[in-house]
Amino acid sequence: MQHKVIDTKEVVIRFTGDSGDGMQLTGTLFADASALYGNDISTFPDFPAEIRAPQGTVAGVSGFQVNIGSGEILTPGDFCDVLVAMNPAALRSNAQWAKPTASIILDSDTFDEKGIKRAGFKTDDPISELNIQDRHIIFAPITSLTKESLKDSGLDPKSILRSKNIFTLGICYYMFNRPMDSTEDYLDKKFRKKPEVAEANKKALRDGFNYAGNIHAIPNTYRVEPAKLEKGTYRYINGNQATAWGLLAASEKSGIPLFCGSYPITPATSILEELALRKDLNVKTLQCEDEIAGICTSIGAAYAGNLAVTTTSGPGLSLKSEALGLAMITELPLVIVDVQRGGPSTGIPTKTEQTDLNQALYGRNGECPIAIIAAHSPSHCFEAAFYSAKYAMEHMMPVLLLTEGFLGNGSEPWRIPAMKDYPSITPPIIKEPLETPFWPYRRDADRMARQWAFPGSKGLEHRVGGLEKNNNGNVSSDPHVHERMVKERAEKVARLANYIPDQSVLGADSGDVLVVGWGGTFGHLYTAVKELQGEGKSVSLTHFDYIFPLPKNTAEIFSKYKKIIVCELNSGQFANYLRTQHQQFIYHQYNKVQGQPFIVKEIYDAVNAIL
Amino acid sequence: MKYTPQDFKSNQEVKWCPGCGDHAILASIQRAMPDVCEALNYTKERFVFVSGIGCSSRFPYYMDTYGFHGIHGRAAAIATGIKVANPTLTVWEITGDGDALAIGGNHFIHAIRRNIDINIILFNNQIYGLTKGQYSPTSKLGMVTKTSPYGTVEHPFNPGALVLGSRGTFFARSIDVELKLTQDIMLQSAKHDGTAVTEILVNCVIFNDKTHSEIADKEFRAERTITLKHGEPMIYGKNSDKGLVMVGNKIIPVVLGENGITEKDLLVHDAKTENPGVHSMLIHMEYPDLPVALGVIRAVNDKTYDDNVRDQVIDAIEHAQIHNMDELLHSGETWEVK
Repeated sequence: MQHKVIDTKEVVIRFTGDSGDGMQLTGTLFADASALYGNDISTFPDFPAEIRAPQGTVAGVSGFQVNIGSGEILTPGDFCDVLVAMNPAALRSNAQWAKPTASIILDSDTFDEKGIKRAGFKTDDPISELNIQDRHIIFAPITSLTKESLKDSGLDPKSILRSKNIFTLGICYYMFNRPMDSTEDYLDKKFRKKPEVAEANKKALRDGFNYAGNIHAIPNTYRVEPAKLEKGTYRYINGNQATAWGLLAASEKSGIPLFCGSYPITPATSILEELALRKDLNVKTLQCEDEIAGICTSIGAAYAGNLAVTTTSGPGLSLKSEALGLAMITELPLVIVDVQRGGPSTGIPTKTEQTDLNQALYGRNGECPIAIIAAHSPSHCFEAAFYSAKYAMEHMMPVLLLTEGFLGNGSEPWRIPAMKDYPSITPPIIKEPLETPFWPYRRDADRMARQWAFPGSKGLEHRVGGLEKNNNGNVSSDPHVHERMVKERAEKVARLANYIPDQSVLGADSGDVLVVGWGGTFGHLYTAVKELQGEGKSVSLTHFDYIFPLPKNTAEIFSKYKKIIVCELNSGQFANYLRTQHQQFIYHQYNKVQGQPFIVKEIYDAVNAIL
Repeated sequence: MKYTPQDFKSNQEVKWCPGCGDHAILASIQRAMPDVCEALNYTKERFVFVSGIGCSSRFPYYMDTYGFHGIHGRAAAIATGIKVANPTLTVWEITGDGDALAIGGNHFIHAIRRNIDINIILFNNQIYGLTKGQYSPTSKLGMVTKTSPYGTVEHPFNPGALVLGSRGTFFARSIDVELKLTQDIMLQSAKHDGTAVTEILVNCVIFNDKTHSEIADKEFRAERTITLKHGEPMIYGKNSDKGLVMVGNKIIPVVLGENGITEKDLLVHDAKTENPGVHSMLIHMEYPDLPVALGVIRAVNDKTYDDNVRDQVIDAIEHAQIHNMDELLHSGETWEVK
């Protein structure tokens, strides 16, 4: 077979296997190596809720997709150029994602009668059954080759088998001409205390690489040149880490220590884990007895003068609803992070959705508007978390930050920002009384924020709580006081619109179709819109980070296009919200509720259909 | 300057029912606060009173201190956040039997398990008062209330047992009418490092009148309760003529002078022993078999949650490799694009 090196701008590779096969690690190491090589990348882990579902079954298949490119990469890619399937079940559930031109690498050792049956194939020929005969299928006996490679390593048979994924990674490094140094460094670090394991894995990696070079079964290898990224120092970051770091950045800028009360929940847990590492930056994390305690400890910490944060996902946000009302009526700064997942109820916990918007907007008793900010990419979580904290503290109110499982677990290279480029954060802290007695709910004229008096400050003793109060802090059920306080609190949230940036448009500022999105769909929407623009179509994108309140120029933008189509991963929650805010426009919709991100082609088709 | 009880009274009108036991507790706590300040060198602005929902939870409005009137059951969580955020504050949680033991049971036991340095004052009137008379988790089995017209069919909690089960370090008990005892206990609670739970038996004059009267009424109290003091023999009775002895694995009441019993035969109260065995027996004593135990039943030393948090942070900052955000952002694997 003639070996060909294909120069390409973009390649998508999807690693799939049993959830015990280490596919998330394999994918991450490949992504790391590519990022270090200089490619732009975007990743998408797609894994089951079960930690170890029955081996060899479709329920237990775990996947990790990475898109590497020499140009700007905005999504993890719709379909893959290379699919790695470590067993028949992985092939069965992932063949649908392989392009017609894709290469598929299979561990042929697992394609025995038993394995094929466990995966639920009806015949003994999975390839024909899946109708993928025309793909380039590479049967590699990965299990036996790994055993052979490490037979003298001194490792026990079980540990040897665990290196299958690293052997596979070696094959991929050959196919994509990747340097292996970063992975070797990683293995040395990870197995510092077990050098024999580090050596064995490094051998498996090299043997995989050499095997791929020797067999001549691999027709094409790919060369993806480093991307022409903006100058600077880069790192690789996932959304949850970026969220945690954005909050830390706000803590540093404001000089207010960070407190996080939280309860583990998929897919938000790693924010708590990341913050728990940062005691060196004076962070206090409290893993609570439940979600309610997560927010209530945070409310207590906010009252006591900390930058308070609670992190969760949809079901946890439901549990926190009553306490959200408490944070809102006590007018304390608090950031609530909801890393959305598929619902309702437990739903599909490891899959991504944008279905908590209604809950975020309306899910509380009483008149209880809460500001909502959404992140649009893994690295943008940093920015979104920073500004959520800034506005919460400066405006003395809770802010709900919506991210998504797709963002939280997804990662991308990120040009490291300098803290000096971020704005200051100056909460309205009062240290001594200007009047006696102190009125806790007296407001400033512009923001309508009350003052933040930390317990321990002499002469500022005051009481807050869930009961309606007058501005002087005394309990009141006077009908007019109640109505006035309801309006004041709502007005305070509405006035945030005076502080957030104007909404912008990607593309011409008027035209035939305006694609409207929010949150984690940005990459897919922008890629589709650019494709359409490239074909000369009159299509622009406006993507919302600020959900409530909406930017002030929203209606002005909408008015410049003949048609508006709102694309989101739910049944139309943002579209319906826009209908309440700007009733004068007609909103077309494109919706998907499958627990999966958009596919660029879907958006492309949906927009074309109304053009 | 020594504070007076007056310094701790807010200008708000106290709105509990006339005759409610809460008035007496408010007075006891307002009297205790100057003692606490003097003993521990606290200033008034360091006090935070936190509550949940229920009659007793209106308490913070009547104190001229920092106060947080929370939501039902969550006072322990709010108080925990306040204390962890600023350990120099002295945090007092006011709660009731419904608030702490029903809707807030989870936060109650976990606060105690962590041994966070807060003071929990549990007003136990064995009834839901604010919602007008439904049974609570401490209502006696068979009690007739609006939601148990045929009598309750569930067993009550003994709050002290729950404290021990949550590995509590401090438990005390008082009665609303025992103002001086409550005042003393508040001082000891404040001095205790860790979660200090004080159960106060309260009369609800409207919905559960006289629920504690067989032990709390003046004519019975001395004979039917015993006030425990660390290091002192367990003596009670109007004439201090009764005591408690341990026979086998049981505590039994005796009369001094009868059957040759002298003070030396009596149990000596050891609140500071870590072993919860005798504390558990004392907590479970019930009239008519035994006198109900009052006073500080358990007060043992252990590290507090807030101390542990603070120590970890201090240690982490001392040994930090990362000192600020810019360093954090550049930590780990990075690369240059030129």
